Amino acid sequence: MEDERSFSDICGGRLALQRRYYSPSCREFCLSCPRLSLRSLTAVTCTVWLAAYGLFTLCENSMILSAAIFITLLGLLGYLHFVKIDQETLLIIDSLGIQMTSSYASGKESTTFIEMGKVKDIVINEAIYMKVIYYLCILLKDPVEPHRISQVVPVFQPQVTPEVMGDREDRQQVFGVPYEQAKTQAR
Amino acid sequence: MVLKAFFPTCCVPVDSGLLVGRWVPEHSSAVVLAVLHFPFIPIQVKQLLAQVRQASQVGVAVLGTWCHCRQEPEESLGRFLEGLGAVFPHEPWLQLCRERGGTFWSCEVTHRQAPAAPSAPGEDQVMLIFYDQRQVLLSQLHPPTVLPDRQAGATPASTGGLAVVFDTVARSEVLFRSDRFDEGPVRLSHWQSEGVEASILVELARRASGPVCLLLASLLSLVSAVGACRVFRLWPLSFLGSKLSTCEQLRHRLEHLTLIFSTRKAENSAQLMRKANTVASVLLDVALGLTLLSWLHGRSRIGHLADALVPVADHVAEELQHLLQWLMGAPAGLKMNRALDQVLGRFFLYHIHLWISYIHLMSPFVEHIRLYCLKIHGLSSLWRLFRGKKWNVLRQRVDSCSYDLDQLFIGTLLFTILLFLLPTTALYYLVFTLLRLLVVAVQGLIHLLVDLINSLPLYSLGLRLCRPYRLAAGVKFRVLQNEAGRPLRLLMQINPLPYSRVMHTYRLPSCGWHPKDSWGALCRKLFFGELIYPWRQRGDKQD
Repeated sequence: MEDERSFSDICGGRLALQRRYYSPSCREFCLSCPRLSLRSLTAVTCTVWLAAYGLFTLCENSMILSAAIFITLLGLLGYLHFVKIDQETLLIIDSLGIQMTSSYASGKESTTFIEMGKVKDIVINEAIYMKVIYYLCILLKDPVEPHRISQVVPVFQPQVTPEVMGDREDRQQVFGVPYEQAKTQAR
Repeated sequence: MVLKAFFPTCCVPVDSGLLVGRWVPEHSSAVVLAVLHFPFIPIQVKQLLAQVRQASQVGVAVLGTWCHCRQEPEESLGRFLEGLGAVFPHEPWLQLCRERGGTFWSCEVTHRQAPAAPSAPGEDQVMLIFYDQRQVLLSQLHPPTVLPDRQAGATPASTGGLAVVFDTVARSEVLFRSDRFDEGPVRLSHWQSEGVEASILVELARRASGPVCLLLASLLSLVSAVGACRVFRLWPLSFLGSKLSTCEQLRHRLEHLTLIFSTRKAENSAQLMRKANTVASVLLDVALGLTLLSWLHGRSRIGHLADALVPVADHVAEELQHLLQWLMGAPAGLKMNRALDQVLGRFFLYHIHLWISYIHLMSPFVEHIRLYCLKIHGLSSLWRLFRGKKWNVLRQRVDSCSYDLDQLFIGTLLFTILLFLLPTTALYYLVFTLLRLLVVAVQGLIHLLVDLINSLPLYSLGLRLCRPYRLAAGVKFRVLQNEAGRPLRLLMQINPLPYSRVMHTYRLPSCGWHPKDSWGALCRKLFFGELIYPWRQRGDKQD
């Protein structure tokens, strides 16, 4: 069973949230991020190469041009491999745990699995980033003292946090289940 | 809770039989370790399981039946399989079934006893989780979770369910000794049935390592006994030993070799990795040394290097002389105090002349730094006099004090002289400190490089590159194709440890070549003109 909704992120790009329902005990939420735009890529490349050409006319050294090409290529590869996220997936498996996968534009996938025994609660947290944004996060138990919280894990990366406006009920409905039911299902 | 059945991928294509494994009631998980094929004699099966339980302290039992047949199972087979539940009583009883050539599975769970409370609809769901048995057997979770209770079946509920699965598979090696191709009373299918071959060279090396280690350990103890004798503790040999980095490195490597060839077996995997990393580090050291030596000796490069050194030293001395001539003139347009300028300039020119004759690097700069330091102290105390205060040594603070007129007069005069001579001295100090910092920085870089080579965990990095499943940060799940009404199927894979964590966890201890002072303390020392030796080892005496 699949379901798709559109949002915009905090910088204004378009996001698509897909909800998949595999079985009563397994759900997946898939957030697709805006692709790398050709316009910004062209703009950055042109700026770097113009600056390199300007330096070349001053110094008369052709190494600058080769260096600019290398820097552009390496910078683009590094950006695609380490920074640009294509898709983020949240897989919730009943009584096993929660898995978060980020797939980058270069194809790299980084996965984290949190066991259900370590999860204390799933909450909606507020943060200030030029305005107030709301993001889902998972509270982890402290291994030494079970009543304390050791870590707060945000579910989606800040670059792709969907901007959910509206009142509390709207925010709670983003992930398809109201807040209270999300807590029970995660047990 | 949903019932989780962990099923090994190697048992997916095998024929029908019994499921043998461990049931963990706290997490409602059944870890299937092997499939026992027909025909079998129940008494022999029970004996084998009792032996395995005794040897491995893992509560293995018959968990259910596995049916892999051409089409839907016939009535008689179904009843036969259910009847087996009476022979091997286990609560709950699993019945897994798969059609030959089909992708979908069916799973039934039978509870013998009626449940205490009426369960909610959908409570008795089953989830099938496939895992690669060989990888799970060999891998090691980071951070290692210590399961305190090693008795058969007892597990505290606070430990993660996955750590229990890894632990169960790792401890059940006894079960994996016999295979369905062996001529034994029972025929089991597990990861060994896939036919992964071991290397005979590795086995021979393992047999030979015992006596070799014994021999080398005795040799090394002899060498350390010689090294620890009294002669080396007396001056000047102890002084020489502490100054030369070769001696330091030799001592460090001797420690490593003693660790490698010690006859005590590694107790846990962390110690084993440490030993392996040490071996790799020693081998790298030897390999780098031999490469460098062969490169230097080839085409008489040593001669060329030596020939190049003397003109370089001359060139540096010439540049320094030019620098001093520049300082003695009007450097950067600043007006200096002519007399003091000439004195300092001539003083250092003479030192450089001495240096060209004797190649002694540090002392002229050190003398000047002391001069600057004295000057700063004198200035600060005269400044206090200027304001009418003095330093109370007893109370370690500044107190007011009434001076006599002649004291005040001389103090003010001296203060003014020192203050106006300060720019000249400060400029010389700045130039020489920068030069010295350059030299110290180069020394520091070399020390850092040596430290890096010494402490790099090569074996762990190689393992992470070639066998990433051995070092596990966790697991990851993938949902396989599913159909409504059928149990959910997941594939569990090992999530390897990132390289940064491998470095952090398995770094070999370094020999202490790192700076003692923080950046703030360093700046403070530079301003007040104290001598800096940032790369001193801990335990060295101050100059």
